[in-house]
Amino acid sequence: MIRIEARPEAAANMVYAAPVIAVTLTMIAGIVLFMIMGQSPGVALYTFFVEPVSTFDGVTELLVKATPLTLIGVGLSVGFRANVWNIGAEGQLTIGALAGGAVALYFYEMEGFYILPLMVLASIAGGMAWAAIPAFLRSKFNANEILTSLMLTYVGLLVLSYLIHGPMKDPDGQGFPESRLFSDSALFPVLIEDYRLHMGWLFALAAVAAVWVLFSRHVIGFQIRVIGMAPRAAAFAGFEEKKLVWLSFMIAGAASGVAGLSEVAGPLGQIVPSISPGYGFTAIIVAFLGRLHPLGILMAALLMALSYLGGENAQISLNMPNAVTGVFQGMLLFFLLGSDVLIKYRLRFGR
Amino acid sequence: MDGTDIVVSAALTIITAATPLVFAALGELVVEKSGVLNLGVEGMMVVGAIMAFATGVTTENAFLAILVGALSGALVGGLFGFLVLVLLSNQVATGLALTIFGIGLSALVGHGFVGVTFAGVPSLYIPLLTDIPIIGTILFGQDLMVYMSVAFAIGIGWFLKSTRAGLILRAVGENHDAAHAIGYPVIRVRFMAVLFGGAMAGLGGAYLSLVYTPLWVENMTAGRGWIALALVVFAAWRPGRAFFGAYLFGGITIIQLHVQGVGWAIPSQLLSMLPYLVTIIVLVVISRDSGKQRLSAPASLGKIFYAAS
Amino acid sequence: MHNFTIKKSLAALVVGGLASMGLVTQTLAAEPLKVGFIYVGPTGDHGWSYEHDQARQAMQKELGDKVITTYVESVPEGADAQRVITKLATSGHGLIFTTSFGYMNPTLKVAKRFKKVKFEHATGFKRSKNLSTYSARFYEGRYVIGHIAGRMTKSNVLGYIASFPIPEVIRGINATVIAARKVNPDVTVKVVWVNSWFDPGKEADAAKTLIDQGADIILQHTDSPAPMQTAEKRGVWAVGQASDMSKFGPNAQLTAIIDNWAPYYIERTKAVLDGTWKEKDTFGGFKSGMVKLAPYNKKMPKDVVDLAESVRIAIEQETVHPFQGPIKGQDGKIIVKDGEIIDMGQLLGMNFYVEGVVGSIPK
Repeated sequence: MIRIEARPEAAANMVYAAPVIAVTLTMIAGIVLFMIMGQSPGVALYTFFVEPVSTFDGVTELLVKATPLTLIGVGLSVGFRANVWNIGAEGQLTIGALAGGAVALYFYEMEGFYILPLMVLASIAGGMAWAAIPAFLRSKFNANEILTSLMLTYVGLLVLSYLIHGPMKDPDGQGFPESRLFSDSALFPVLIEDYRLHMGWLFALAAVAAVWVLFSRHVIGFQIRVIGMAPRAAAFAGFEEKKLVWLSFMIAGAASGVAGLSEVAGPLGQIVPSISPGYGFTAIIVAFLGRLHPLGILMAALLMALSYLGGENAQISLNMPNAVTGVFQGMLLFFLLGSDVLIKYRLRFGR
Repeated sequence: MDGTDIVVSAALTIITAATPLVFAALGELVVEKSGVLNLGVEGMMVVGAIMAFATGVTTENAFLAILVGALSGALVGGLFGFLVLVLLSNQVATGLALTIFGIGLSALVGHGFVGVTFAGVPSLYIPLLTDIPIIGTILFGQDLMVYMSVAFAIGIGWFLKSTRAGLILRAVGENHDAAHAIGYPVIRVRFMAVLFGGAMAGLGGAYLSLVYTPLWVENMTAGRGWIALALVVFAAWRPGRAFFGAYLFGGITIIQLHVQGVGWAIPSQLLSMLPYLVTIIVLVVISRDSGKQRLSAPASLGKIFYAAS
Repeated sequence: MHNFTIKKSLAALVVGGLASMGLVTQTLAAEPLKVGFIYVGPTGDHGWSYEHDQARQAMQKELGDKVITTYVESVPEGADAQRVITKLATSGHGLIFTTSFGYMNPTLKVAKRFKKVKFEHATGFKRSKNLSTYSARFYEGRYVIGHIAGRMTKSNVLGYIASFPIPEVIRGINATVIAARKVNPDVTVKVVWVNSWFDPGKEADAAKTLIDQGADIILQHTDSPAPMQTAEKRGVWAVGQASDMSKFGPNAQLTAIIDNWAPYYIERTKAVLDGTWKEKDTFGGFKSGMVKLAPYNKKMPKDVVDLAESVRIAIEQETVHPFQGPIKGQDGKIIVKDGEIIDMGQLLGMNFYVEGVVGSIPK
């Protein structure tokens, strides 16, 4: 019989040990899974976790993949701490990308140092505008933000579909739904010549730092934490819930907007019908996997990115179907989430 | 086809479109009423869809297929329940992980079932009643699962409102500490709710792969689990309104297709937005006058319960 | 499924690693050619990606141990595509097929970086020295289908389930309408856009809607067999898409347009093996076997079958072109003059409806 018993205080060592235990358990479960699939477990695990980052190229690609996840994850964490359930980051990303991309297309074939900053501002404004709708509906009409933000994601994706099949379509693109390729002045500069790692990664790091400062140094961060933990006490203390709802949505909207722009002005270099493969949703997992702590989110985003790269690798080198990746990823997440129990609780064996 | 025929036939299409949403939304509603937020509806649905289909094809027994769909949904739901209720993991993230897992698992299981056909679930036919013009087929000519969905909507409404067990479930969802203090088994109640929610999502998936479009293709749920989640919020956690919400959403989806077929010069993307926009607007109208909407959310929703003693 | 031993895989890793560092630039002659494929959907979609994978398997079977094939499925058409294509190039693949339009620019970028690797991009228009493009003239199939539908319809309304308003889809609608009105001037076509390539439920809903609005033949340019199933259930005709869907509509399926990539994949892989591969653009139809029709429904009257066959053969022999004038737009204005054939630019970038289509193109 296993019982779970609360620890008097959170175990500091377990904060770091829990993920290690989780990864170990995933490895063991992975060995079973891969053996069932008729693969050599050692090779499979190597292919999943090590091979993708065994080259410098692989490491930079990992950061490219982790960029949007980090940005959005950090942005969402603020709201999640204040019990604001924005699950529409995907839509905010899309509209941010469209707004920033529209600036890029407006300045097509023009040069100028001002183009990129304008794009970034536009993407922030776009993401915020889309996030403002659920914030407004919640603070003004009390409409639940889970529904409104999720529904607006679908609407946002249809806006993208409309624009890319219409006004934003490349006039010389034989009618295909893609925008013109952005001019050089409208592209995020790469950090290292010949690699795809781009400026967006710096934005992601900056977001991590900013939110970290917000929570550890700023009074608003304190308010958010209080409201999340004890909403009634927060109300007594005179914290304005509406203000924090707005703040949460604006931060998430801005971060998601920049994340969207960093895809279209980064590796893509144009607006396409499918900008994001669901980063807005994956980032929710990333946020909680990182325990809503900026540095934790950074680590979680890297791990999540690695699991995607590993999955592709497994398909390429081992001919494993994509479905196995999904199952394996799910297992990894289950173990990571489940093992966090060890931080606040201890397992007791026997009666 | 004349006017009434079109209306009848559109109504039938709407029933088909709404039924999977009814199942999944009602299931999630019960889960949330018990204070647990499971965002993995899509994952449970898609597992239910493949397992039901695989069973249907292998055994050619529609009833068994429906049953297996429900059971497999419950099984995957149980995995979620173990993580969030026993290991106290974060509900939001675990639910999302469940979706990833479910889609992967269903694709793995479904590999051999692509391109296979299934006869489907027979529809009811009661002589005389089904033959009544207009309402005959709508009321008495559906398949078994549609009636099940209606029965569940009524049954769950009654269960939550009028039974002792329903009261306990709500108490657990409202204030788990108080419920625990009174002596209700919080974890057990929630686990049962989660299993039920999984079974219902499984039924929703089974409806897709057995009735709606009797076939299997990967990701065939195509986001319906997410819509079901939104409908629970839309319904303010009331079964009757969840049922209405599913029909509203399904109805607008079908009507926009009809508008397209008529050939009005409205961009199809704009029409496709309608179900989402209308749901938002209706929610706003319902919620605007009062703070009741917030209050109707189970107070302990998404919070982790640990029995200190 | 391949069974890899640790030794073999490690060897592959080392080779792959060396190749990525540029130390090994050419696969050794005795080594099998590695051919990579990336698909936009899962191989289990029973549509577009499924057919490409069927062709990959056929190619593997044909060429045996001379090739090793690899595929990556469900690769999003965003920033991920370039990474996956690069990965294929660095892991020793000598020929890479990227099978969706959205991979165009990523493929071009990777092709520039890996000059020794041959690339083949489906449905795009950007080429370079080591990047070919290929696409199929599905509209030829649709032209035949238009003839059949025009003759088989009783209500004179055809229902068309469309995915996205891209030239490929619009071309298909127009080819169908032009043909149908040639044999039956009263035909109109109702189009419903589902904004998805792949959503069985929604496709079925669209089929039901069109049938409710009087369509007695369902045509689809989406991937799942759901519309075919719906047609079967409601007792109307339908035409399959991508693959033979007669299993899903044994009575309903008049025929189906089949994507048949296998001959092309075999030809191009052989060319790399022979060292004769050159950059080119292929736009294959009936003639090259890239487009095929499934066996006609037994219930189709003989004269309709004969008509369909004669049209198909005429296209194959290039005595008939589906977009030969006169072609009128929706407003009745002449777009292609009598006797002329539409120019390639207009054909490839088609963005107008011809006379007889109900509704307007989503813009």
